[in-house]
Formats: sequence, structure tokens, C-alpha cells
Amino acid sequence: MNVNETLSQYSDWSYTTATALYVVALAFFLIEQSFGAKGRQAAERAKSRVLVGAGGPETSVPVTPAVTRPPSRAERIGRMGAALLVLALLLHLSALVLRGLAVHRAPWGNMYEYIMVVTLIAVATWLYVIKKFPVRHLSGFVLLPIVILMFLGGTVLYTVAAPVQPALQSYWLVIHVSAAAISSGIFLVPGVASILYLMRSAHERDPQRFARFGSKLPAADVLDRVAYRTTVLAFPLFTFGVLCGAIWAESAWGRFWGWDPKETTAFIAWVIYAAYLHSRATAGWRGSRAAVINIFGFAAMVFNLFFINLVTTGLHSYAGVG
Amino acid sequence: MTATQAPPEPKQPYTPSPLRRVFAVVRNTWRGLTSMRTALILLFLLALAALPGALLPQRALNADKTAQYITSHGWWGTLLDRLQFFGVYSSVWFSAIYLLLMVSLIGCLAPRSFDYVRSMRARPVLTPRNLSRMPHYREAHVDRSADDVLDAARTRLKGWRLTVREEDGGARSISAEKGYLRETGNLVFHFAMLGLIIAFALGKMYTYEGQVIVQADGSQFCNSGIYAYDSFQPGLRVDGTDLEPFCVKINDFQALYTAENQPTHYQSNIQYQSGKDLQTNTWRPYLLEVNSPLRTAGDRIYLINHGYAPKFTVTYPGGATRTQAVQWVPTDPATYLSQGATKFDPPGVTDSAERRTRQLAITGLLAPTPFTHGGVLTSTAPELNDPMVAVDVMRGDLGLDSGQGQSIFSIDQSMVDDGRLKRVARENLAVGQSITLDDGTKVTFDGVQQWVSLQISHDPTQGFVLGFAIAMLLGLGASLLVKRRRVWVRAGPAGDGENGTVVQVAGLARTDQAGYGEEFVRLADELLTGRKRNAGHERE
Repeated sequence: MNVNETLSQYSDWSYTTATALYVVALAFFLIEQSFGAKGRQAAERAKSRVLVGAGGPETSVPVTPAVTRPPSRAERIGRMGAALLVLALLLHLSALVLRGLAVHRAPWGNMYEYIMVVTLIAVATWLYVIKKFPVRHLSGFVLLPIVILMFLGGTVLYTVAAPVQPALQSYWLVIHVSAAAISSGIFLVPGVASILYLMRSAHERDPQRFARFGSKLPAADVLDRVAYRTTVLAFPLFTFGVLCGAIWAESAWGRFWGWDPKETTAFIAWVIYAAYLHSRATAGWRGSRAAVINIFGFAAMVFNLFFINLVTTGLHSYAGVG
Repeated sequence: MTATQAPPEPKQPYTPSPLRRVFAVVRNTWRGLTSMRTALILLFLLALAALPGALLPQRALNADKTAQYITSHGWWGTLLDRLQFFGVYSSVWFSAIYLLLMVSLIGCLAPRSFDYVRSMRARPVLTPRNLSRMPHYREAHVDRSADDVLDAARTRLKGWRLTVREEDGGARSISAEKGYLRETGNLVFHFAMLGLIIAFALGKMYTYEGQVIVQADGSQFCNSGIYAYDSFQPGLRVDGTDLEPFCVKINDFQALYTAENQPTHYQSNIQYQSGKDLQTNTWRPYLLEVNSPLRTAGDRIYLINHGYAPKFTVTYPGGATRTQAVQWVPTDPATYLSQGATKFDPPGVTDSAERRTRQLAITGLLAPTPFTHGGVLTSTAPELNDPMVAVDVMRGDLGLDSGQGQSIFSIDQSMVDDGRLKRVARENLAVGQSITLDDGTKVTFDGVQQWVSLQISHDPTQGFVLGFAIAMLLGLGASLLVKRRRVWVRAGPAGDGENGTVVQVAGLARTDQAGYGEEFVRLADELLTGRKRNAGHERE
């Protein structure tokens, strides 16, 4: 199994370029978030008029807002950011595919590659979210952790393309790790949305708090819906990933569950997200408390990625970082 | 409670009987325990209680590291140990939390199961009188008759559970509901989780796990009892008798490496016999690899590690020879630099006191790919490539008769400290080289053999655990992704002497954030117009 150095080099270049484009897009979105509030509020008002109208006795619901207004400059910058985001995502994807071709295996065998997948999925999820919800201007806040992760991945955690050790040579690497990476990537979105939810709901309770920033955020229930919808997508996937991990562990390590640090932390994160779902059905726990639980869940995922891989030693110590 | 009016004072204060009071306490405790709030708090406690297991060394995973942690942390380590922090998952407090959670779960599931059965047998709810108050509502005046509209609606609502009712004023209505699978999935998930926990607990009773090192030169291992293992961890109800019999014979071992000495593949050709094959002495071949254990006789045999056993021949002055290849333990996983002790008893010496002055031990290091610098031997790669050993030959009393067990990888240091075991030579040897001791005894390094470390695991319930886990996953998917929603259609004659029919359609999502809106718009369009909606948006 030879590593194709050329492809690996192209993969690295794509990765770096994608990261740089994310930074540019991040700047664009921050401009939209800061200066585009007026246009957005007008759009939201137009939209809510239509929705109110839908409740009345009428025969049809206009699907597009009745009022079409020319996009403001900030909004145009936001749209450019979204286009850049798509471009960067394609580069990001090609970095992943090239890496896979270079090493002739699923390109998620060490921490650098894993982070590449997690961030890719996070961006893809976010693109889906901004298609469904009017939250494009918040993209900067989602891109911030993504850019940080990609920077850490490309510098501190970077690993030269190489084959993996025998214990990892299994088709379960494809299934288990991709399920874990995809669910982690999706979980990033509700994590960020919940933080923004807390700020917005604090602002809604008391307009003095986050006076400038809070008013520029979408309504709390929109953020809540974004967080919930993405969490219910990621949670079964995460469960599937843990289940596949157990099946793999049974054939690689001799037991399906052994409280290895990684397994334990995955269990903890799973329990926290289960608590999140339950909290939404419990009086007095909806809203802010549920959002806090979701943030804890994402914190557990981050802890699992960094602390467990880099600090403790367990069977999952595959970071490839000396 | 801020009552503005005090209730009238009862003439005789009500005092419940002791029995009633006990009943009230039990009932309130049960209600408290099975409430969602308690379940939430218990879930948090479970997550919190599991955390030390990831941060502190655990005895079940690494006993040496745990002991080291306790000694290096003084009173703090001892305190944590007494509070069971080094065996979190078998500790009293962790068990208490999950047992309470299970009780809470059962208390929650029982009434929900009854409700579920009832709702599955019930007809959809009555159509509300005022449909326009529902979150989703549409109304239209159509030319078709009420019967046509309702027939078309029944066809469109295929797959929904629905009921048609006659209403006052000549109107008729359909009440339909869909997404019962959500609650089914929810119950399946929770019951499967209970099953999983029970199967897991039963497994811990009847499981066992053992490790053994076998030379890869056709040597055999038979699962005949605990004594055959190097280490053995039985479940609570396993005493080591009645193990399923099987035998394995390890014929060889190969490892492949990259140019950078990273291992890429381990494999071992083995043969095994179990069941009837034991009587007929039939051996079946198997290629044992990492990720592909041998499954036979209800047990699994794993290839866990490998290592080297240097082969030494001792030629005694009388001409007698003794040859041994004992496994040495790899100390560096990157280069497989190994250390160990190969111990020899002098031949033909019957007097035990005399024997104890002439026992030999060859201890030191083995380098698969050697590199010597200033006489110090190190290894640069895990592969065998003109291996060398750096050995001390010790002579005297090895302490094997002392009654104390000792490691096969080392000599008893106290014998050295007592002066009863003395070093008589120190040398670096390549294959074929030898040392001659002062009494004429010759020690030859003949070569290196391979050994494999096997793990044998037995868990009779893991199939059930897997089945329950899959049921959990399916139930979870259904309970999170299926939407429970209702739709009502009411068709009645238009008032004021007009011809035609007034059709009202209303919808209600019964799950939070269900995103029912788009589906409702599509559905209502089709119900009101009576035709399938095209990709484009139609307006009336």
C-alpha cells in the first residue's frame, strides 16, 4: 500500500484553500449580521403578515412573500458569503476525496482527517439549515468554531498521509467512524444555535441585556427549532455510530463494551442529549434549560474529541499525534 | 398558596390512620420517582457519575496504573479508592443511580403502555366545532357535492386512520390521524433499553475472559480450566469449571510493516478443534487476524499481541544440554525491544540444596533489529532482522523453591539483594554466539521464536444485547422522525341559497416543532381542489 504523495499534496492545498475561503465567508457574514438588520426585519415583518393571513378564511396562501424588495448591500454581501461557502465546501470535499485516494482507505483514520470530516458535515448541515430557515446572517457564528477546528486540524494535529494500524483495518472504520463524524458535525449546529438562543431569550426577557446584539438575532423560537430539528437528526445517527462501535469492538478487542475512556464519554454525551430530548417534554425545562443541556452535550462531544484523544490513553488513541 | 379566604375551620381535625399515612408516603414517593423531572435529574447524575471513569484510571482496565495513581496521590488516592472511584461502573453509587433510573423508567412506561393500547383501539377524535381556530386552516367554496368531496378526501387520506361522522346542519366530517408509529417507536425504544440493560447485567454474571501466550511453533492451548490461562477474569457466576472445551494449535505468525516500521497486518495460521472434533481429533484450519476472531464452541479467540522468545541452549560441563525458548515481554510497542528471563535448572542434580546454588537465569534485552552504540543495545524496528540480545547470566538460587510465585518475565530481585543470586557474565550476543562461564558452562543464543498472545472471551448474552440495541435504534428513529398529526375535513351545503359545497380543512401537529406546515398546505390544496398538485403552484 503506497501513499500517493502527489494526491496527498493536492489534498493539503485544497484543505488550506477551503479554510481560507471559510475565513473570507466568515467576514462577509459578520458584515451581513452587523449591518443587515433593517432589511431582515422588514423581510420578517412581510413574512409574518403572510403567515397571519394564512390563519384567516382565505382560499390560498401565497408561497412567496407578497412584497419583494431589492436586497440591501449587506444582504448582497451575505449572499456572496453563501456562494463562497458553497465553493469552499466543494474544495473541502475534494480535499477529503483526494486524501482518501492518496491513502487507499476511508479518509478518517486519524484526528486530522476526522476533523476534516466533522467540519465538512457541519458546513453541509448549516447550508441545509439556511435554506430552510431565515438565519443566513448567523453563518459567521457557525463558521467560527469550524475555522478554529480546521486551523487546529491543519497545524497542531496535522498527520502525514499513511496507512492505519491493523486494528483499524476493517470495513467498520468506514461505517462507525463516518457515523460518529457525521453526527458530531451535525451536533455543532445545534450547539451554536443553542448559545445564540440563550442570548436571544435573555434579550427577549429583558431588552437591556445584549441590547445591540440580541436585537439582531432571529426570534428565539426559530433558533430553538433549528437546534431541535438538527439534534433529532444527529441523535439517532450518533446512536447508530455507538452501536456500530460496539459491534466493531466485539470483533477487534474482544468485548462490545468495556468503558474505555472514549466509550464512556460517548455514553455521557448520549445521556446528555437524551436528557435534552426529555427536557423538551418536561414542564419548566423547555426553552433556556433545554438549550443549556444541548450546549453541555456539544461540550461533551468536544471534550471527547480533544481531551480523550490527546490527554488520556485508551484504546481509541489513534490521533496520530506524537 | 395565597388563598384570600381562609377555609372554614373543620370541627374535628382530620387525622389519617397510620396505614393511610404510609400509603400516602409510598404513593408520593412513587409519583416523585416516576415523574419526568426526577428522570431528568437522574439522567444528569448518570452522566456526571460516569465521568470519573473516563478521567481516573480504572482497576478493571489497568490495575497497574490504578495502583500507581493511588500510591502517588497519598491520602487523596486512598480516599478515592475507598469511595470506589477506581471501579466506577461497579460502584454502589453508580449502580444506585441506574437502578433508580430503571425504576423510574418502568413507572413511566407502564401507564404509557396502557394509554398506547387504548389509543390504538380508539377512533380518531371528534371533529372540533370551530375548525378555523386550529393552527392550520383552509376553506373553499367548490362546485362538487359534499359526497364527492368526502369520497375524494377518503381516497387522498389513504394510510391515515380516519372516521366519518354525520353532524348537525347536514354537514359531514372526516377526522383523520397519522403517525401512530411515533409512540410505537418510543415504547419500543424504552422497552428495548430495559431489555438491553438486563441482558448486559446477565452477561456480566456468566461471562469470562482469559489471556494466554502461546508459542507460534505448533504449540497448543486447550480451554480445559483456569490453570491453562496466564490470567483469567470470571463473571460473578463462573467458577472456572465446565468451560466449553476446545483446543487451538498456533502454527505460525506473520507481521507486515511499512517502510516506516508501522505495522499494517498481523496474521497467524492456526488449527482448532471443538465439539465432536475433539473425539475424532480432527483439526480445522483458520487464519486468525486482528478484527477476525475465531468463533467456536460459544467462545471467541482473539489475536491480541505478539512477541519474541529468544532460544538459548546451555551446555553443562558434563556435556548435558538444555534448550529453552521462553517468551520475553515487549517493552516498547514501536520497536518491540523486549525483556525477560529464561531460567534453567541444572540437570542431574537431585540434592535441592546443591541445585539451588547452580540454577541459571539469562535475563536482559532482546532487540529484533539491533543497534549498538557504546555497547548499549537498542532496537530500531519491530521486525526480526539479525536480532541480538544483551544478557546478564545469573547463577545461584532463583527462589523457585521459596513457595512464592514469580513472574516468568523477571528474576526475583530479593535473591540478588540477599547475595544468593550472582551475576557471572554480561554480554551482547548475536545469533549463534555464546558465552562460556567460569565453570565451563556454555550459553548459546540459538535464535528467536515468535509467540502470540490470545484472548478467549465468553459472553452468552451478547447476541441478545445486539438484538435489543437494534430494536432501540429502530424505535428511536421512529420516535424522533415520525410526525404525529391530525387533519379534519368538513363538507357542508353553502348557506344563503347558494349552490355548491363549503369545504373546511384544518390540521394540528401533535409533536413539537414537527414542521407540519408544508405538508398541510400540499394536503389542503389537494383536498380543496380535488386534484393532485403539480410541481407549480396553483391558485384558485
